[in-house]
Amino acid sequence: MAFVDALAQLIDATIRVSVPLLLACLAGLYSERSGIFDIGLEGKMLAGAFAGASAAAVSGSAWVGLGMAILIAVCLALVHGFASITHRGNQIVSGVAINFIAAGSTIILGQAWFSQGGRTPPLSGPARFEAITLPGADALRDVPVIGLIYSELISGHSILVYVAFLMVPLTWWVLFRTRFGLRLRAVGENPAAVDTAGISVTWLRYRAVILTGVLTGVAGAYLSIAQNAGFVKDMTAGKGFIALAALIFAKWKPVPAMFACLLFGFLDAASIRFQGMAWPVIGKVPVQLVNALPFILTIILLAGFIGKAIPPRAGGVPYVKER
Amino acid sequence: MSAPFARLPRWADYGLIPVINLIVAFLVAGIVVLLVGENPIDAAGILVKGAFGSGQNIAYTLYYATSFIFTGLAVAVAFHCGLFNIGGEGQAYIAGLGVAVVCLTFDGVLPWWLTFPLAIAAAAAVGAAWAFIPAYLQARRGSHIVITTIMFNFIAASAMVYLLVGPLKPAGSMAPQTRDFLAGAQLPKLGWVLEAMGMSVRSAPLNISFLLALLMAWAVWLLIWRTKLGYEMRTFGFSPKAARYAGISDVRMIIIGMLISGGLAGMMALNPIMGDQHHMTLDFVAGAGFVGIAVALMGRSHPAGIVPAAVLFGVLYQGGAELAFEMPNISRDMIVIIQGLVILFAGALEHMFRPYVQTVFASLSPRTMGVPAPKGEGA
Repeated sequence: MAFVDALAQLIDATIRVSVPLLLACLAGLYSERSGIFDIGLEGKMLAGAFAGASAAAVSGSAWVGLGMAILIAVCLALVHGFASITHRGNQIVSGVAINFIAAGSTIILGQAWFSQGGRTPPLSGPARFEAITLPGADALRDVPVIGLIYSELISGHSILVYVAFLMVPLTWWVLFRTRFGLRLRAVGENPAAVDTAGISVTWLRYRAVILTGVLTGVAGAYLSIAQNAGFVKDMTAGKGFIALAALIFAKWKPVPAMFACLLFGFLDAASIRFQGMAWPVIGKVPVQLVNALPFILTIILLAGFIGKAIPPRAGGVPYVKER
Repeated sequence: MSAPFARLPRWADYGLIPVINLIVAFLVAGIVVLLVGENPIDAAGILVKGAFGSGQNIAYTLYYATSFIFTGLAVAVAFHCGLFNIGGEGQAYIAGLGVAVVCLTFDGVLPWWLTFPLAIAAAAAVGAAWAFIPAYLQARRGSHIVITTIMFNFIAASAMVYLLVGPLKPAGSMAPQTRDFLAGAQLPKLGWVLEAMGMSVRSAPLNISFLLALLMAWAVWLLIWRTKLGYEMRTFGFSPKAARYAGISDVRMIIIGMLISGGLAGMMALNPIMGDQHHMTLDFVAGAGFVGIAVALMGRSHPAGIVPAAVLFGVLYQGGAELAFEMPNISRDMIVIIQGLVILFAGALEHMFRPYVQTVFASLSPRTMGVPAPKGEGA
């Protein structure tokens, strides 16, 4: 039974650490599918986490925090859109800029407003998204297998976890079953064709970038209001880039994106759990190697050794209307 | 677009527009200072005084600038090849390994002027090797170089943590760093130059790798604008299709460009390791690789622009440290914001103000702008 419990805990941890990756990954999916590369996911998530925790601390409401997180992340996304869509600037450069602006300003403003060394005040009660116990979870607890899966793994997460996983089928539906999704994918492959059909490339791409902002904001809020009780400086710690890696790993598709995030989340959870443990045959695996594994896997994938990751064709190229 | 295409004079193109972009970046940074509840003009005053106020401060400013010249040149060379090397941070970090190995091996045997060339070669070789893999993957397998170099930054960081808490740490020590180097691996300081001018420098870490940085700036200028290889690189960067048509191999350009870029980034490791700390610590690069992006964008990828841009960031680093004493709310992280704003306005929004400047120039003197002056107007 100890093994089953350990396994359940590991899966539970995997789900919790995968959520921000998943939200950021789906965020990047919208933007990149529309032809706007976004390496600023990290920065938007960080700014969202800070804005969310600050607003939740001041207002005492997690929902206000979430709203503020989304608002700030969308603002940064609009800056990215303004630079890369309106002014046809280099999308990579713009993303890098946003990462730095977010990294610096969260620390500076955090210190100035709360004077706690870049932290925000600890959140509790209604200022946090608490774990939700799904109906019947307690009643089913003693049922073998199903009880464990339902009450331990499915029940008992915060609302944002369910939102994140519901976003997967929703994103799939939006991208592949709606007119907006068709156009979004088209504008990432061949914006000239979309333009010829009389649809505004600019407005379409702006909508994609705004969606990216919304989802990175939720990801940030999850980090600082749900998973943790407040903002700590640099709390995203490269998650935005791991999400980017997952997006490439999933070849810009929503359902594979979920599995890629769960895989990278599992690596993270396992590296914490099995730190310093000696394995049969291979011996002790350095924790640094496990931490680097998502990046190594992505490079191997990008090199074309595990299938081929083909990005949207118009990705990174500003659209210039012929004149 | 209805606005006429006005060709700007060179001084406006290379001087005025970057200055406008820079001013806007600093104005926005000033707003952040206001949000924090401090006076931006006072802050700027303290910053400048902190950077130039005494010989010691100037020496520190130039010490920081040294690192940024290396990383700025690294980014710029890649830019000329049409590549965005975002991995300078990782290349410099890993190159520290080359420097440390040379220093730990020879510091008791050779004098510094023999260790230094070996360390330069090792730093450049290791940095270039770390850049080679993304370059090869881009050239041969089509993996996007931006993504691979980002990933390589993280892999470099993990690898260095592993090495510094394990194999490179001397037995019995707790701190994650190598042992201290002996005199044979310590670079001479340059403080005496400033002291000769009557300033007090005390123990500021400005060292001869500053001269190496200036030499490299000259070498990069020579390479890019005065050699066949540089011409090929610029051609490839400007139009890969035209370059291919002219018989320039894109695989060769990508790999050579990234090797040079990685080598330059790697040399940055000499400055803090051999010039200042005399041992290798965790995270000795401290963001200099990323500052290189802002420096290269601000300097428009030309050594004559990169050196002053690097000095400007040196001012921000050194002056920022002093500012943090006077205004505790403005810590060094303010520089990260300024860096981001400079990258945004000098890089991504580079052309935002160009139409306005063009309009102003066109209305001032239409004939010199290359716009056909309206003939027979009103006649």
